Amino acid sequence: MTVIHATTDTTGAVSRWTAVCRLDDLAPERGAAALLERADGSTVQVAVFRLLDDSVRAVQQLDPYSGAYVMSRGIVGSRGVEPTVASPIFKQVFALDTGRCLEAGGKTPKPGLGAHLEPFDVEVRGGVVHLDIAGPA
Amino acid sequence: MTSEHSTTGSTPGATAPRHVVVVGGGMVAQRFVEALRARDTAGAWRVSLFAEEPRKPYDRVGLTRYFEVRDAEELTLGDPALWDDPLVDLHRDCQVVAIDREARTVTDRLGTVHPYDELVLATGSDAARPPIPGNELPGVFVYRTIDDVAELRGWVEAKRAAGRVETRGGVVEKPVRGAVIGGGLLGLEAAGALKALGAQATVVEFGTHLMGVQVDLGGGQALKRLINDKGIAVRAETATKEMRPHRRTGHVGRMDFADGGRLDVDVVVMATGVRPRDELARSAGLPVGERGGAVVDLTCRTEDPHVWAIGEVACIEGRCIGLVAPGNTMAEVVVDQLLGGEAVFPGADTATKLKLSGVDVASFGDAHGRTEDCIEIVWADPTAGVYKKLVMSDDAKTLLGGVFVGDAAPYASLRPMLGAQLPGDPAAFLLPEGTGAPDLELPDEANVCSCNNVSAGTIRGAVTEHDCTSVGDVKSCTKAGTTCGACLPLVKKITETEMTKAGIEVSSALCEHFEMSRAQLFDAVLVADLHSFSEIIERFGVRPDGLTSPGRGCDICKPVVGSILASLGNGHILSGEQAALQDTNDHMLANMQKDGTYSVVPRMPGGEVTPEGLIVVGQVAKDFGLYTKITGGQRIDMFGARVEQLPEIWRRLVDAGFESGHAYGKSLRTVKSCVGSTWCRFGVQDSVGMAVELELRYRGLRSPHKLKMGVSGCARECAEARGKDVGVIATDKGWNVYVGGNGGQTPKHAQLLAEDLTSEEMLRAIDRFLMLYIRTADRLQRTAPWVEEYEGGLDAIREVVLEDSLGIAADLDAAMAAHVEGYEDEWKAVLEDPEKLARFGSFVNAPTTPDPTLAYVPERGQKRPATPEEIAAGPAGPVDPSLSGPVLVAGATLEVRA
Repeated sequence: MTVIHATTDTTGAVSRWTAVCRLDDLAPERGAAALLERADGSTVQVAVFRLLDDSVRAVQQLDPYSGAYVMSRGIVGSRGVEPTVASPIFKQVFALDTGRCLEAGGKTPKPGLGAHLEPFDVEVRGGVVHLDIAGPA
Repeated sequence: MTSEHSTTGSTPGATAPRHVVVVGGGMVAQRFVEALRARDTAGAWRVSLFAEEPRKPYDRVGLTRYFEVRDAEELTLGDPALWDDPLVDLHRDCQVVAIDREARTVTDRLGTVHPYDELVLATGSDAARPPIPGNELPGVFVYRTIDDVAELRGWVEAKRAAGRVETRGGVVEKPVRGAVIGGGLLGLEAAGALKALGAQATVVEFGTHLMGVQVDLGGGQALKRLINDKGIAVRAETATKEMRPHRRTGHVGRMDFADGGRLDVDVVVMATGVRPRDELARSAGLPVGERGGAVVDLTCRTEDPHVWAIGEVACIEGRCIGLVAPGNTMAEVVVDQLLGGEAVFPGADTATKLKLSGVDVASFGDAHGRTEDCIEIVWADPTAGVYKKLVMSDDAKTLLGGVFVGDAAPYASLRPMLGAQLPGDPAAFLLPEGTGAPDLELPDEANVCSCNNVSAGTIRGAVTEHDCTSVGDVKSCTKAGTTCGACLPLVKKITETEMTKAGIEVSSALCEHFEMSRAQLFDAVLVADLHSFSEIIERFGVRPDGLTSPGRGCDICKPVVGSILASLGNGHILSGEQAALQDTNDHMLANMQKDGTYSVVPRMPGGEVTPEGLIVVGQVAKDFGLYTKITGGQRIDMFGARVEQLPEIWRRLVDAGFESGHAYGKSLRTVKSCVGSTWCRFGVQDSVGMAVELELRYRGLRSPHKLKMGVSGCARECAEARGKDVGVIATDKGWNVYVGGNGGQTPKHAQLLAEDLTSEEMLRAIDRFLMLYIRTADRLQRTAPWVEEYEGGLDAIREVVLEDSLGIAADLDAAMAAHVEGYEDEWKAVLEDPEKLARFGSFVNAPTTPDPTLAYVPERGQKRPATPEEIAAGPAGPVDPSLSGPVLVAGATLEVRA
């Protein structure tokens, strides 16, 4: 992994932009998992999705309702104008822009896990997908 | 009347239940027990039922169905749990022979004496054998019980076998000549049964026309044409003088008629009517009616306050009624009385509908127009064999009765309107469907299901008060439509109307993106000749208010479209845009498990596998650290494969000659088989060979839900084929095909589609059945509910499949031929395509690095996923890092060109 640049924002969190893959490595309307490293050396799994307009979204790979690292393998769709992904295990639907759970299907998250997904900032620069895995300095 | 019970004193202790004995084990007796147990929530009554037949009460109305299902259990009525109720005692094969009213006891045929507090006679009636000379000859039958039907079947089959002659030109079969005496409801069903058994049939009717009780002369003439079209001859106004034995065999051989005519026969069924079984009542000194039957008042009580009579044995309002619906009503009346209610018999609903496949006949109310000053409105189309008549009051407003022949469609909605005012011009109801009959809003008290006496109000209440949200819910809640099923279209309509009113969604829309049902979308895609999701959603998708784009689908509509495109033959399911439609199982061509790893199932057609194949499977599982288990479908499942391992695992399997088992797809899974005639002492056909042929034919066929099949080599049915969507059972003449079975949450036995087919006929029947299912079923609807909800049910499906009633058979055949022709192994194709292979990396920036969170513990010599607690226990816990499986290639991070 190549750390492109790091800045500190006003809250003190360090923004850590990392190049993940080429846009062409991602299939339209499907996700892929990325294995990244935070500043403290811990690993984080991120689900990266390429939409039909070639913009990219990223949320946590951990599915809070099953405890498995699978979100990248869900079906990409839309609710109204909002792009979504459905968990491949129990079909909860999440907004890709915000990570919010839009439909829990009557289930509750596994103990210790939140109902929503953590969203990650993502940019495509020169055909390369970059992610911001912000973390404590 | 409750005060009388309290003085019986025959039971010690105040809380001990009183004892009601029911004599007879027919439909009405069953209804009595069911109603009593449903309503007597306090457990005030214990009930003993004495049945003469050795089986549980069964659906006598559906007797003809016994030819199809051949399984007496299938005809059993109601919930079998009823007979396990501790307050219910069923004595089968245990006829009651005497009643002692003084001592309040009954004596059974073994001489055992049983005391009662209350006695209910439900002995029904006997098929009458009219006093025609020769009525006891071998080959002369009645049509009343399962045993009668089974004997008739055996006789006809024996006659067919005896008439089969081998000549140099092949086997010649002499037709079996059958006749039925009596052209009523039962006689026509018996004639239909004879035809179904492969015999010729002539109906001999004494009166002027068929079904003279229910139908007027005009209707009878239309009916005769329809019956003739079914290959059944009719002789009306003919009295049978004598039946004479065949000179050589002594079996019935000839009928002589009063008009001098004669008819050569091999089998005769007498269906001239029934006679109440009132001998117990007579010998107990109870009054009987002029034409038999225990005389009861409107509460169904005989002269003895502790003896009641219900059903066909009861002579109520001066007559016995040979229909099940009024019998059920009587059962409910007596239950109500026993529980302290005041119900009385409201009069008989004598509406009837003939259940002979392909012949629609129904009548209700004053079918003959006997009411004073009534008006008859008739619609007749002799060329189409249609005759419809409404009988109205003199002001043409109130409906008094009706007759429908050739098109009974209006029956279901009009019958409940009996005695009510029809809106608008009554003639509008008789016009062909879709020509503007007004919608009927039934009054709450209108009786919708006459078999089970369920009113429109009760059905509405099931939706509004008991939270029923489907016809299935309403059926189990109210029992409406569970006996003969004739009212189901109406039950469905009322249920849906009520749900709409209650604001419950009844839309058949797939999801927010498509307003169509799966079947409608299938047709639309086929007709519009579309081949991608983008085209389909652009053309048929819903545009939300204010938006110009229909959106990009969801986890519901995308797999449906993916399945439709696959069924229509659009190449590999991971080609181009199709890849984005597949859920994870189809996308990875493997089954996702709870920890995000997958299971792998190679196809083993018919459950057959060579020792070499087994060794390869074992070695692969060992090398990749997979947990192995035998599946219910006779093959081997390997669990715990990581995404990045799938291509390597499959390369090994494909090299060894295996191919995808489609365990991940809504498609054909397996064809289970027994070992069949090649090894088994009892097998009559090569079931494994046939299972292999079927599995290879339908492998990869995408469908609305998974499909399972089975092939058994003989009637012992060791392959459990009747628990499958399509089950094939060998006979000594060919194959019987059963459809619509499944295990799972709602187990269901498959029903007979066709019998004694050659292999070729069988394949064609299954081809068409499957294609019809694929085109018309709902999303995730398995074959069992599909068959049930298909308009016209299994009969209609059979007509499409065997007789091409919709004229689409050539289409269905071509579609299946294209599937068989176009099949390729999905995994082999992936292994040959670098672009598709590239999707199987674990991480886009580290494609061969295993998911570091996977953790396993050993169990019974294999591995299983660790629980969160076991993972939390850390290095000291049971998690064994070596069980995570080998990393085949060293992990590498992707080089990024910035």
